[in-house]
Amino acid sequence: MIAYKSQVRAAVSKAGTIAVTLLGLLTLTFIIGRVMPNDPVRAIVGEEATREVYENVYRQLGLDRPMWEQFYKYLHDVVTLDLGNSVRTGQPVLEDIIHVMPATIELALFAIIISATLGVTLGMVAAVNKDRWPDHLIRVFSLMGHSMPIFWTGMIALIVFYAKLGWVGGSGRMSQFYIGLEPNATGFLLLDSAMAGEWDIFRSALQHIILPASLLGYSSAAFITRMTRSFMLDQINQEYITTARVKGLSQCQTIWFHAFINIRVQLITIVALAFGTLLEGSILIETVFAWPGFGSYLVGNLMIGDMNSLMTCVLIVGLIFTVLNLLSDILYRVFDPRTR
Amino acid sequence: MQEMNSDTILAVENLSIRYRGTPTDAVRNVTFNLGRERLGIVGESGSGKSTVGRALLKLLPTADIKADRMQFRDIDLLNTPEKEMLKVRGRRISMILQDPKFSLNPIQKCGPQVAEAYSNHIRCSKKEAKQRTLTMLESVQIRDPERVYGLYPHEVSGGMGQRIMIAMMLLTDPDVVIADEPTSALDVTVRLQVLDILDALVRDKGIGLIMISHDLNLVRNFCDRVLIMYAGQVVEALNANEMHKAQHPYTRGLLAAQPHIGGPRQPLPVLERRPEWLEDVKVV
Repeated sequence: MIAYKSQVRAAVSKAGTIAVTLLGLLTLTFIIGRVMPNDPVRAIVGEEATREVYENVYRQLGLDRPMWEQFYKYLHDVVTLDLGNSVRTGQPVLEDIIHVMPATIELALFAIIISATLGVTLGMVAAVNKDRWPDHLIRVFSLMGHSMPIFWTGMIALIVFYAKLGWVGGSGRMSQFYIGLEPNATGFLLLDSAMAGEWDIFRSALQHIILPASLLGYSSAAFITRMTRSFMLDQINQEYITTARVKGLSQCQTIWFHAFINIRVQLITIVALAFGTLLEGSILIETVFAWPGFGSYLVGNLMIGDMNSLMTCVLIVGLIFTVLNLLSDILYRVFDPRTR
Repeated sequence: MQEMNSDTILAVENLSIRYRGTPTDAVRNVTFNLGRERLGIVGESGSGKSTVGRALLKLLPTADIKADRMQFRDIDLLNTPEKEMLKVRGRRISMILQDPKFSLNPIQKCGPQVAEAYSNHIRCSKKEAKQRTLTMLESVQIRDPERVYGLYPHEVSGGMGQRIMIAMMLLTDPDVVIADEPTSALDVTVRLQVLDILDALVRDKGIGLIMISHDLNLVRNFCDRVLIMYAGQVVEALNANEMHKAQHPYTRGLLAAQPHIGGPRQPLPVLERRPEWLEDVKVV
């Protein structure tokens, strides 16, 4: 019963933290919206509007009201999911984002699978072979992934693997030939085409996603590798590892059955964090690969100062990070008996 | 050199150990035999006593082990490949580590950890391994083994943790148990209780015990013979009940530095360490 009570208390305090975080996030996006050097009214009415029209819109937007009132209205709008229209597309911002998000999530999921598999494996190998050649090799490999700017590797990879070798598809989510023909149920192209049995489209989509996803995955695998290595080194020097060895377990068994289950929890946090950064990285990679996702949408709106949609994009990114953090917290509790 | 008899389980001759990248041997020319007895190894921190224990199990990945002989029953430990060592560790020689807070896997329940020691060596059903574990937990005087089986290491006390450790290491009826400071992490009151349990089991099963400790009184009361180590060497080997016959000045210094209840109320002598003791000695 006591344990149950403390669970409830933990959940309540967690909810409180999230509420404060979200409020901070909203304040931040609100301030960004007010201090940006572009004029939201001009963005709507254009350069040649008369003074009268300008002031009308100015009032319509509520910009003549005091700051706190504007903030209150903003909060109200967010809570009621009324985030305004995008100037660029003329559509409600939220609809736009729901439309572009699956492309990005598909790319990011593909990338995180690559980076988690690669990163954890390499990190484990490096830790077990500390200070021997596999460790050095992996360190160089991950340092490269960490330090090369992704928009540059993206362009180089396009030149090499698409233009010269022709191994993969070029920009976009699929070959131009199929655009307009793709099935659309969930917005996840690989899933949709597989479900509809459109294997040609599926193959084309796979060829197109593999390069940007690999590059994204590689850049965040560097981070996961380094963290896995250091978590693992922490564990290898613990006494319970000696106990496992004394029991007669082989090194391999010791590593996987004893050390790995101890870093599992930390890995979840790291992968969740990496997933967040990966979404950030996708902004650059989507631009390079003309990937019609959230990143391209954000960059397009940034170029013309489309405030409504920009504020929402920032809000969404913040929201994603908050949710990922919450998720890793919950998983922490599930996997580590000491936190229960 | 001690006399060899048919009861010898373990014979070590001129064991030297050097950690890679260090200029001197951490352990030099250690020689001893072990029968069905309790052998104490005493020494200060860094004297090499734990290193000897780990070397017997070949658990020193960063050290080079040299010896004229390291014979365990029919097994030449020195030339046994790692794959064969896996069958020795935990099955025929096992080791009780110092602090159950660190030596038990923190996110695994105690019971399965103990059972793993058994099922790793002996082909059996899960149920049988569990049954064995429960019986063993009972014989280390855990009153409610079913409950303790499902507890995590952070949920048990230090004394109970160490009893779980003992259960784990004696479950397979090994020939030799190395106890590496088994009680130094425990409260004084729990210490004796744990030692009694260990003592009873070791006698019962006829296990050869190597007790590594820095506690001279404990080893003197608990063991049959005592090796005194200083700076990587055994400076003296004595029967536990003949400690007063110690010849080496280091041993004599150690004994003199022991406080006695009812003894004279004078400051205890400070332990001397002379450089000539670092030179190679031959135990007679």
